[in-house]
Amino acid sequence: MATTLFDKVWDSHVVRKIEDGPDVFYIDRHFIHEVTSPVAFVGLKQRGIGVMYPERTFATADHNTPTWNQHLPVADPLSANQLEALANNAAKYGISHWGLGHRNNGIVHIVGPENGITLPGSTIVCGDSHTSTHGAFGAIAFGIGTSEVEMVLSSQCIMQPKPKKMRINVNGKLGFGVTPKDVALYIISKQTTSGATGYFVEYAGNVFEEMTMEGRMTVCNLSIEMGARGGMIAPDEKTFEYIQGRKHTPKGADWDKAMEYWKTLKTDEGAEFDVEFNYDAADIEPMITYGTNPGMGMGVTKSIPKAEEVEGGVETYKKSLGYMKFNEGEDMIGKPVDYVFLGSCTNGRIEDFRAFCSIIEGRKKAENITAWLVPGSHKVVDQIKEEGLDKIIEDAGFVLREPGCSACLAMNDDKIPAGKLAVSTSNRNFEGRQGPGSRTLLASPLVAAATAVEGVVTDPRTLLV
Amino acid sequence: MSNILKFNIDNIMAYDKFEVLTSTAYPLPIENVDTDQIIPARFLKATERKDFDINFFRDWRFDSEGNPIADFPLNDPKYAGSKILVGGRNFGSGSSREHAAWSVYDFGLRCVISSAFADIFKNNCLNVGVLPVQVSAEFADKLFKAIEADPKTEIKVDLPNQTVTLVSTGESETFDINGYKKGNMLNGFDDIDYLQNIKEEIVEFTETRPF
Ligand code: SF4
Repeated sequence: MATTLFDKVWDSHVVRKIEDGPDVFYIDRHFIHEVTSPVAFVGLKQRGIGVMYPERTFATADHNTPTWNQHLPVADPLSANQLEALANNAAKYGISHWGLGHRNNGIVHIVGPENGITLPGSTIVCGDSHTSTHGAFGAIAFGIGTSEVEMVLSSQCIMQPKPKKMRINVNGKLGFGVTPKDVALYIISKQTTSGATGYFVEYAGNVFEEMTMEGRMTVCNLSIEMGARGGMIAPDEKTFEYIQGRKHTPKGADWDKAMEYWKTLKTDEGAEFDVEFNYDAADIEPMITYGTNPGMGMGVTKSIPKAEEVEGGVETYKKSLGYMKFNEGEDMIGKPVDYVFLGSCTNGRIEDFRAFCSIIEGRKKAENITAWLVPGSHKVVDQIKEEGLDKIIEDAGFVLREPGCSACLAMNDDKIPAGKLAVSTSNRNFEGRQGPGSRTLLASPLVAAATAVEGVVTDPRTLLV
Repeated sequence: MSNILKFNIDNIMAYDKFEVLTSTAYPLPIENVDTDQIIPARFLKATERKDFDINFFRDWRFDSEGNPIADFPLNDPKYAGSKILVGGRNFGSGSSREHAAWSVYDFGLRCVISSAFADIFKNNCLNVGVLPVQVSAEFADKLFKAIEADPKTEIKVDLPNQTVTLVSTGESETFDINGYKKGNMLNGFDDIDYLQNIKEEIVEFTETRPF
């Protein structure tokens, strides 16, 4: 029978089916970080149970960490306490731990693939909804809650009903200045923030085939923003080339055996999905959001829709624009911006820094802009230096910070002040996401860079020649 | 009044059993309420699970000086003590933080009703003893109207029969929940208990994994 990529991976991880209940679902790889794991360890202790397979869990500190002076003790006592809890729990149960300052430290969804922990056909979970990132490798990867973190620690399984299947096909030729982030924001704007609730998405079509692994990660990362449990892309030569030789990737005969399996990981001709969507690459522009959820996005040259043009409640829409201090029908281009954030597990990889630098090279940061450039990991920092991008950044008047989640969720000091407007390459523009009262416009690294040098929302195509 | 049984102190992670709950409700007719609103990230720094009610909907309940915002329904004395929250469509989207479900529970709520829930939030609720009840958009609308007309409107959520009823008019709808989760809620069990009991099967399975 013709089956989908998703079915192949899901079905091979079901330990037991519960009648009129969820599947007992096996987890190959588990990531933990300091914010959503401590209570799970408290739970283990209270129940008097241990960690079943410590070698299948990987800990990294990222959500709470400072992006400046990481060699100094963490100033905020609550953050320091969580970081210490992570280190202690990892040590106690024999879990590998990449704490602050460790060579492999960085944002969990960036260091996983970098170290070859993320593999095709595997199942991956983490107490962070953007775990969907790892789907770029043909893995089933999704975010879980802390109770489930405790389940994985204690039994390597969680209880999951199997989601429905959606395929999103994007074919055609992407326009000039259109990045993977724009493709994702475009899809979300069509699906809305809840359109894919209950589904697991497979992305297919030449646009994703031609995309780099980094671009695929950006797309899969954002799957959760349309409500999907996760998103995945069939592994191909690019995938194998990316993972080969990394720290945790199978080697020698194990590699050959794995390859045999990985090559079967694609949706068969004629396999059925519960629902399917087709989009034309030519319709996608550089995108920007204007509201308080990632579904409220549009081409950067467009004007904010009128309440009667949007689906859903008028009250909710007005509340959203009210928070953003925007009016219906206004243009986004030319709006003065206060902050620019380049980073996060969505756009904190080397390609994102290259894209950003392609615009700022030979230009200067605008006076009115405070910019935070936060690489996703130490490896990204190294690459930035190797490629000389740090020089471009410095010459243009920007500063490179140290790795972490930073202003993506503003748990550390990197908070956008109340009322200030930020163009951000991260993934959420919810009220207060980047600091209480902060106002966020989500966009690609190119839009962020163009805005950073012009000081107002700018179409990057006007600066790319 | 509710007939929720007492907290089981033998197992601190378990929750009160859920059978039939009759209560007034807080109305929150806003769509796409995300978990960053339910509990903002800056309040996620705890290493223990306690007192998450304090910052439940922090930035909607309090202004920047920390004064309660009087007309926000969760502050409104008309609804005080309700054990049910009726939320707008796509409730609980965004971040996977279970802290959001904890804060719902710690605030004294045992049930959230909406015409659509985000997946992870729904799962998290079920894991901590909060019952997510999905109703039709029309029924949700009816509930909002009834509460607006009379804040003392009672809603009866009957888990064994999987029905939700507007007590004043008797209008009722059934809701879905899988048999396994229903059993857990009725008994105050959780998944970890279940998984601990099938460990041998999991060990065998692990041995077949290629990596
Ligand atoms: S960068 Fe943002 S979305 Fe990514 S892991 Fe960190 S907090 Fe989560």
